[in-house]
Amino acid sequence: MDRSELGALFLHCLLLWFVAVGGPSTILPGIHRYVVDVHHLLTSAQFAEIYTLAQVAPGPNVMYVTLMGWHLAGWAGAAATTVPLLVPAATLTLVVGHYNERYPDAAIGHAIRRGLTPITIGLMFASATILMRAVNHDWRGYLITLLTAALVLRKPWNPLWLFAAGALAGMVGLV
Amino acid sequence: MKQAESDKQRVGRFALFLTFSRISLSSFGGALFWARRGLVEQKRWLTEREFVDLLTVGQLLPGPNVLNLTVLVGYRFAGWTGAAAAVAGYLGWPCLVVIGMGVLYQHYGSLQQVQQALAGMSSVAAGLLLATVIKLAIVLPRRWRPWLFGILTFVGVGVMRWPLLWVMGALAPFAVATAWKEKE
Repeated sequence: MDRSELGALFLHCLLLWFVAVGGPSTILPGIHRYVVDVHHLLTSAQFAEIYTLAQVAPGPNVMYVTLMGWHLAGWAGAAATTVPLLVPAATLTLVVGHYNERYPDAAIGHAIRRGLTPITIGLMFASATILMRAVNHDWRGYLITLLTAALVLRKPWNPLWLFAAGALAGMVGLV
Repeated sequence: MKQAESDKQRVGRFALFLTFSRISLSSFGGALFWARRGLVEQKRWLTEREFVDLLTVGQLLPGPNVLNLTVLVGYRFAGWTGAAAAVAGYLGWPCLVVIGMGVLYQHYGSLQQVQQALAGMSSVAAGLLLATVIKLAIVLPRRWRPWLFGILTFVGVGVMRWPLLWVMGALAPFAVATAWKEKE
C-alpha cells in the first residue's frame, strides 16, 4: 500500500467511527465493503479469518481492525486503522464525560439512543450475515454457526469453549 | 446487601493503567463482562448503578462502548491524563497481542490443519455475533417503527450492500426524530 492508499483507509475508518454508535460490529459492513468489495485488498474469506483471529485473542473485539491494518501494511497499516477509533473517544467522549458529570439527565440523549438502537441492531444483523456468507461454504458451516448462536443464547458458557469445539470440528474435517 | 455510594476517591493514573490492562487482557469473548467484574466487584471504584449510567453514556457515543466507558472512568477519577492512562492500558496490550497473532498467522496460516481449525472457529465467530444481535433485538419495543428502521438498515447495508454512511445518513435523522416525538 502506498501513502495515499493508507491515507484513504485512515480517513474512511475515521468517518466510520464517527457514526459507529453501538460498538465495533456495527461498522463491519462498512469496512468489509471498503477493503473487499471496492478496493479488493482482501478476499472475503481472508477478512473473515482476520476477524476470527481477533475474536480468539484476548482483548476487545474491536482489535480486528488493528490486525487487518497490520496485515495490509505492517505497523503503518495498524496505525491507520487503529488511531481513527481513538479519535471520537478522545474528543466527543471527553467532552460528554465532562458535562455528564454535571448534568446526568438530558432528554435529547435518551431520544438519540432510543432512535439509534434499531439502526444499530439492523447494522449488526447485516454484519452477522456478511460474516456468515464469508466463512461458510456449505450447509455444515451454517449448521455450526446456527448451533453456536443457539448455545450462546441458552447457556452461560465461556465462548472460548465454543471456539475450541469449532477448531476441533474444523481439524477433523467437519467444515 | 447494601451498596454504599462509592467513595469519591482519587484513583491514581498508574492504578487506572494497571486495572484496565488486566480487564483488557482477560477479555475473552467481549470486554463488557470483565469490565463490570473489575470495576464494580473487584476494585469497587463504581457502584452497580454508576457503572450502568456510564455505560449508557458510552453506548450513546460513537466508537466501541467499553472504550468510551474506559475514557469516562479514567476522566472521572484522574482527569484527562487519567483517561489517557486507562485507554493506554485498555488498548495497548491487545494491540501487541493481536499483532503477535498476525505474525503467527503469516508463518503458519497456510498449513492445512491451521486453515481447517480457523474455518471451524470462523463459523463459531459468526454464530457468536448472530447470538449477540438476537439478544439485543429481543429487548426492542414491540412497536412497528423501531422494527421498520432496523429492517430498512439491514436490507440497505446487508442485502443491497449500499455504503453504510449513506444508509445511516438517510435513516438516522428520521429514527431519532421519531423517537423524540414518541416520547410522552
